[in-house]
Amino acid sequence: MLSKRIIPCLDVRDGRTTKGIQFKNNVDIGDPVEMAKFYYEAGADELVFYDITASSDRRGIMIEVVHRVAATIFIPFSVGGGLQTVEDMREVLLAGAEKVSVNTAAVLNPEIIARGAEAFGSQCIVLGMDVKRVPASPAIPSGYEVVIHGGRTPMGIDALWWAKEGERLGAGEICLNSIDADGTQDGYELTLTRMISEAVSIPVIASGGAGRPEHLAEVLTQGKADAALIASMVHYGTYTIQEIKHFLAQRGIPVRLTW
Amino acid sequence: MVVVIDYQAGNLTSVVRALAALGAESRVTGEPAVVAQADRVIFPGVGAAGKAMAVLRERGLDEALRRAQERGVPILGICLGAQIILEFSEENNTPCLGLLPGRTRALPRLPGLKVPHMGWNRVDFLRPHPVFAGLPPAAEYYFVHSYYPDPALPEMVAGVTEHGVSFVSALAWRNLVATQFHPEKSGRFGLQLLANFLAWDGILAQ
Repeated sequence: MLSKRIIPCLDVRDGRTTKGIQFKNNVDIGDPVEMAKFYYEAGADELVFYDITASSDRRGIMIEVVHRVAATIFIPFSVGGGLQTVEDMREVLLAGAEKVSVNTAAVLNPEIIARGAEAFGSQCIVLGMDVKRVPASPAIPSGYEVVIHGGRTPMGIDALWWAKEGERLGAGEICLNSIDADGTQDGYELTLTRMISEAVSIPVIASGGAGRPEHLAEVLTQGKADAALIASMVHYGTYTIQEIKHFLAQRGIPVRLTW
Repeated sequence: MVVVIDYQAGNLTSVVRALAALGAESRVTGEPAVVAQADRVIFPGVGAAGKAMAVLRERGLDEALRRAQERGVPILGICLGAQIILEFSEENNTPCLGLLPGRTRALPRLPGLKVPHMGWNRVDFLRPHPVFAGLPPAAEYYFVHSYYPDPALPEMVAGVTEHGVSFVSALAWRNLVATQFHPEKSGRFGLQLLANFLAWDGILAQ
């Protein structure tokens, strides 16, 4: 039976992880390669790197990080942030990432999904979606709107429509981030996650709001998510991945326990 | 020399890096003449069967693979490389290499079941084999695929996995082994499998 994936997310700026991360065992808390190794050995099923520098003149720094991570860990990882073209994607994939994620660029130019899928295969292309709850309207019948620029710019696009459109264009996976839940540590947006997950046949990674293992249990059952993105709850050492997985396993949720 | 066959079907860097981590040098090639010199062949790949077969034929790599199989060198197919070694694929209705008898079939579309099958899953290894030795039953491997190999003879099935249906996730026949999952992305146990392959003489101990 397919296991539900637990995916730590690392924000990288100028080649360094940005969150104040508290680790023991002499881990260089600012070095994304050390962090990747730590999480690989701690049982992460996959990693997500988000390059918040996201400017083309600094992409070389991130590419170097991707090269080093790929030589160090042997689980899949994706890289997102500021990828605008198929050539940007190619550079990241050739450096050793398994997948690339596109968010703002895909909203502004949906063709990048199709062109990326054609060039590298759907399994490489993750559609990142930032979504905000709004009153349902003729333009946004689901009551969830796509936003870009980290949540600042509403696009007048219905999130449910966009998820299906992303799948049609060739995305192999959706990483669904709730702007309302993000940073709250109060739990994932279950209604949104379930709605999107039931509407598409590709896997959905839930993002935003994880604070306790219960939140993952909820989103992987009621929310119908295939994977859960986590950040603060592991970065600050509050929980280990092993603790989270054992919590889920005790509730009958299939997770990978041997690594 | 370990040869990794390049036929423009996906990214080979992860396979090469995993081999490097095991201390094995490998050569990525699309040249049949280089394949003819190989001591060991890895045949990875992601993507669509139709395009992959077209490139293999155009470059003469289909013949090179058949000769490698006849020479008895150990061959490891991965993902698409575990599918197009059969005679036919339902993906693009493609006649394939036919290194083994059988067909590649589409995973069934069942309510609530996600396709592609993407993520970690177990493999139930059905019989002892040097390449699959020492792997704990609870180990999981990374999959990403929508089709699966279905060899004609049950004795070619080395392992099975559950995703809505039970499908063949590992094959073994003489000097050929193949996995539907990606050992190069499957953590410690995937590396163990690759190390086993690098040490295997291509002879199947029964």
